[in-house]
Amino acid sequence: MPVMTYGEAIRDGLRQAMKEDERVYLLGEDIAEYGGVYGITKGLVKEFGKKRVKNTPLSEGAIIGEAIGAAIAGLRPVAEIQFSDFMTTAFSTLVDVAAPYRFRIGTPIPMVIRAPSGGGLRIGPYHSKSTEAWYFHVPGLKLVAPSTPSDAKGLLAASIDDNDPVLFFEHKKLYYEIKEEVPDGSYRIPLGKALVRREGSHITLMTYGAMVHLALKTAEKLSKEEGIELEVVDLRTLVPLDEETLLNSFRKTNRVIILHEAPRRGGVGAELESLICEKGFDSLSAPPVRITAKMTPIPVAPQLEDYYLPSEQDIVDAAKRLVQY
Amino acid sequence: MYYYLTLTRHLENKIAYICYSQNPQNPLIIGKGYLSTGQEAISVGASSTLDEGDWLSPSHRDMGAHLVRGMTVKEIFLQYFCRANSPTWGRDSNVHFGVTSKRILSFISHMGSMTPVANGVAAAMVYRGEKNVVLSCFGDGASSQGIVHEALNYAATFKLPVVFVLNNNQIAISTPLHEQTAVEHLALRAAGYGMPGKTIDGNNVIEVYLAVKEAVDRARNGEGPSLIECKTMRMGGHGTHDQYQFLSKKEFEEWKKKDPILWFKNYLKEKGMLDETGEREIEERVEREIEEAVEYARMQPMPKPEDLLKER
Ligand SMILES: Cc1ncc(C[n+]2csc(CCOP(=O)(O)OP(=O)(O)O)c2C)c(N)n1
Repeated sequence: MPVMTYGEAIRDGLRQAMKEDERVYLLGEDIAEYGGVYGITKGLVKEFGKKRVKNTPLSEGAIIGEAIGAAIAGLRPVAEIQFSDFMTTAFSTLVDVAAPYRFRIGTPIPMVIRAPSGGGLRIGPYHSKSTEAWYFHVPGLKLVAPSTPSDAKGLLAASIDDNDPVLFFEHKKLYYEIKEEVPDGSYRIPLGKALVRREGSHITLMTYGAMVHLALKTAEKLSKEEGIELEVVDLRTLVPLDEETLLNSFRKTNRVIILHEAPRRGGVGAELESLICEKGFDSLSAPPVRITAKMTPIPVAPQLEDYYLPSEQDIVDAAKRLVQY
Repeated sequence: MYYYLTLTRHLENKIAYICYSQNPQNPLIIGKGYLSTGQEAISVGASSTLDEGDWLSPSHRDMGAHLVRGMTVKEIFLQYFCRANSPTWGRDSNVHFGVTSKRILSFISHMGSMTPVANGVAAAMVYRGEKNVVLSCFGDGASSQGIVHEALNYAATFKLPVVFVLNNNQIAISTPLHEQTAVEHLALRAAGYGMPGKTIDGNNVIEVYLAVKEAVDRARNGEGPSLIECKTMRMGGHGTHDQYQFLSKKEFEEWKKKDPILWFKNYLKEKGMLDETGEREIEERVEREIEEAVEYARMQPMPKPEDLLKER
């Protein structure tokens, strides 16, 4: 199996989907010759031509609008929003038009929006946000947040197959940072299936996206230094949410840490905490802990951004507190 | 204006130089620079028409206007270096300055999103019966955003004292104008909103000054907004990280001949308003200011983590 970075795996996934299905095409700002600002679509225009890899004006509303219309008319558009931050300029088109359409009319809306998301690159309030909670609240949208190259490719294929609008949150810090062996050819990882990335007996840590890597790294450290064994569950998709895998893991450990990069208030973590309390109350040995970003916009200065984002120390402290509770 | 043009060019050259030469593990400039090289005349010419009580709503290639409005070179490097005492306390960086006390609105990355805000500032001035105007700047790419169309229509409807300055550098990151819009002269759009529109040579600082001045006077007299499209060319990558050349070598050389600073310098010399000594004095002054500011900013502390939660 070839070794690919997260970014390369996404490109490979796009290429596979386009080869397999004539209806799949790409649209977005600077995605053709330039290859997008992160170079993810680089080379695809050579292979597939401008009809299928289409540069658009600087207009997210029009991009998402086209994707919706093309999906209604039977194509399978994959739109790139340059930074997930800028999807807000198309918010109404997305939440008012795309989200309730199939519910109301019954027409499939098979579109994917690829949205580079997340922090850690020192690029501040407009290029680093984790915005998933804003869409998490909206019925009719599906939300995917892959953490590894092979997941990214397999989940992308499943997202393109899906008949609902899928927001595909790519973590931009992972694009070049991580690589692994990725299966050749086409394969699918179904939406709505979480994955236990590390078995552990003491605490269940639920997370997604780039935070999965922080969790795994910290789990190894805790195991070595404190003898605390974290079970790390990677959500992979936020909607649909795999309640079963989450609850099964939690019932094994009876303690839970919920970790995400987005700010705390009203975040995805609040929903997970509520799930644990509602459906797992009897198994709780300690109150659930949520580790999140601080409740401010995301800053630029490295000292500030590091303080803003969840850290290894946050997880270590929480884990120690939980086992001693 | 010649001083500000020279200052802008040298300052941005310095930013580019630092970006290229700094240690990536421990960078001085956090993030990148988005430079106005080759199009400085728009920013300097347009902002030079403003009175002290007027407001500037800049785009990301308006270093010149920030300087004309009184932002110091020190403040600019503090911002680029993300220091604790930068205008944004290190919370934001590069082109996102915005010092309200100098009547500068902070640029927001969402392209065009400041146009309706500029309307709001203008509306407040009308509300209070003041005779001030707002200069609202954005690019050709930004002009594709729905919000910009909404703002232009809104401003015209209420005859708000806003001058919309559109820098048409013919490219947005990698997207050339013909993939951005089917309109050749973006100022033509003004007719659709019911305001005057004009396309001018953005490399000619005198032409920019005069056209914007006329629009500013109009706005000040309560006659409403105008759209001034300044045609120019981006003479470099989108940012300091990006070497992408949209132009062929030949086109690049053609545009280089139209360099706005060189042109203005020759013009002033021909008119006897600038000589070699004057030119050298300005360059030396500018270099000194920049070196002092870099040294000053370099020595300032980085923000303390806890200050993230401090209220502003
Ligand atoms: C709403 C939005 N979408 C995408 C971007 C990413 N982006 C940053 S600069 C840029 C191009 C801007 O072009 P233009 O307005 O012409 O200004 P120029 O850079 O040419 O001066 C884009 C697409 C953004 N900042 N805002």
